[in-house]
Amino acid sequence: MAAKKTSMYRTQRRIFSVLYFVAIFILLVIFLSPFLWMVYCSFKTPIELSKLPVNWLKGLTMDNYQKVFVQQNFFKFIKNSVIVAAGSTFFGLLIGLPASYSIARHGQKKLSMLILTSRIVPGITFLLPLYIMFRELKMVDTYTSLILAHMLTGLPFIVWLMTPFFESLPKELGEAAVVDGASSLRTFVSIVLPLSVPGIVTATILSFTFSWNNFMFSIVLATNRTRTVPVAIYNFISYASIDWGGLMAAATVITLPILVLAVITQRYVIRGMTAGAVKG
Amino acid sequence: MISRWIDRHEKHIFPLPAVIFIILMMVFPLGYTVWNSLTNWTLTSKAPTEFIGMTNYIELFTKDERFIQSVWRTFYFTGGSLIIQVTLGVASGILIDAKKYPGKRIVNSILLLPMMATPVAIAMVWLLILEPTTGVMNYLLKQVGLPISKWLSSTSTVIPSLILIDSWEWTPLITLITLAGLATLPTDPYESAIVDGANTFQTIWHITLPMLRPTIAIGALLRFIDCFKIFDIIYSTTGGGPGYSSETLNIYTYQNSFYYFKFGYASSMLVIFFAIVLGTVLFVTYTRKRLEV
Repeated sequence: MAAKKTSMYRTQRRIFSVLYFVAIFILLVIFLSPFLWMVYCSFKTPIELSKLPVNWLKGLTMDNYQKVFVQQNFFKFIKNSVIVAAGSTFFGLLIGLPASYSIARHGQKKLSMLILTSRIVPGITFLLPLYIMFRELKMVDTYTSLILAHMLTGLPFIVWLMTPFFESLPKELGEAAVVDGASSLRTFVSIVLPLSVPGIVTATILSFTFSWNNFMFSIVLATNRTRTVPVAIYNFISYASIDWGGLMAAATVITLPILVLAVITQRYVIRGMTAGAVKG
Repeated sequence: MISRWIDRHEKHIFPLPAVIFIILMMVFPLGYTVWNSLTNWTLTSKAPTEFIGMTNYIELFTKDERFIQSVWRTFYFTGGSLIIQVTLGVASGILIDAKKYPGKRIVNSILLLPMMATPVAIAMVWLLILEPTTGVMNYLLKQVGLPISKWLSSTSTVIPSLILIDSWEWTPLITLITLAGLATLPTDPYESAIVDGANTFQTIWHITLPMLRPTIAIGALLRFIDCFKIFDIIYSTTGGGPGYSSETLNIYTYQNSFYYFKFGYASSMLVIFFAIVLGTVLFVTYTRKRLEV
């Protein structure tokens, strides 16, 4: 009797185990399949694309990518996006790191609230007055205005991420250096920053990604010369009837570098995205 | 000399560049917006700009049906997205955490993809998938005998469809936050629960969820902030349509600013928008603090 019961129990456990992995598998299929569909469709000819059921091996082509890079000149948009994302990340770190360090050391709660407000408040509340200002200054469609605007999303995120990081460093570090006669700037640059590399890496990756993905600021402030990739892909649909193959190729070109970066650096990215929600 | 001066004023010098940036790029523009909201400034109109007091605000709340509708729609979208993302996110987080198996890194990698990918690109992919006649979603539904839908092209299904897209994109964030929260939970309560003979669902309901509550609350707050100002996926798929049926507060404000160029009127909307978001966040953090004490 007892033996029979154990074996029943074992079968039950095995069934649960199978069900469990089926559930995990379904979950992954849900989140992965739109990406696979995007990449697959980017290699299809327009006629084959709208045919269902799918004929998996028929009508495959590289034309869509040629359209994206040659006709639409995506290289230019990619260059613009890289300049703006790198610029806003660099300057965001340049002013954000010392501010976070000061907030962490001196408990400047009001200052951190002020900076974090720009994370909470809808971007469009700044976008209209900034657009008016940049228009007056003849700065619409320049890298400077785009970088400044993108810093509005990057800076609060950097402060949100780096303040707890600096708080977690032992306080004696700075004090020991001061006793040795180092200035506070020196202590910050040559002792604190090197110890903060993991945090800075996280902040850099995410600030870059947010800028790369930013659509609303760019669609208003980048009209022609400085057009970034999210605006370029949007313009793909607004002109003629939708060229789905080309659109999917453009979507692939835009998202793939970011996704590869995210997967390679996933430990940092996960820490950054979940920061603040978990104590410790 | 200079370095000693910096030392003495470190507290003010270090944050100074950031403070100047925030004042120039945030505080000043906000003040300017409040001022503009009291004028009738319209870029395309030849009439001189005049100070008109609270007229814009009165018009917003008494005459502008489109504005009132867009506010409710924003709450509808935000509420729907929050319920789905928090429920599914927490459930899937607990599910993934329940067993140990090799390859968990791959699960985490895949979860990261939707939220890191460029929203406009994602929106385009979903536009193709949800296309009513040639899209693969309706095709699959037909294959398994389920009713098909017009998705983004019908006034009644457009918001649920947008909630679907946003949830696909952001449920993984709640999943990852839940996983991070679960990793920090102590094991003692679980051991005593096993001794007491509690089953899996009882343990989840009475131990895991209450302990996760602060983590879930912050995750939900982060999602509220972003859902309420949703723009990218709506503007790039429907542009607020069909008709005005997916026009949220952010979209309507954008149209007034950069399509109708009614800078004064749009500014009054921005002020209201700002007040709703900041008010809600302050209210939530305040009540949370009071509940914890």
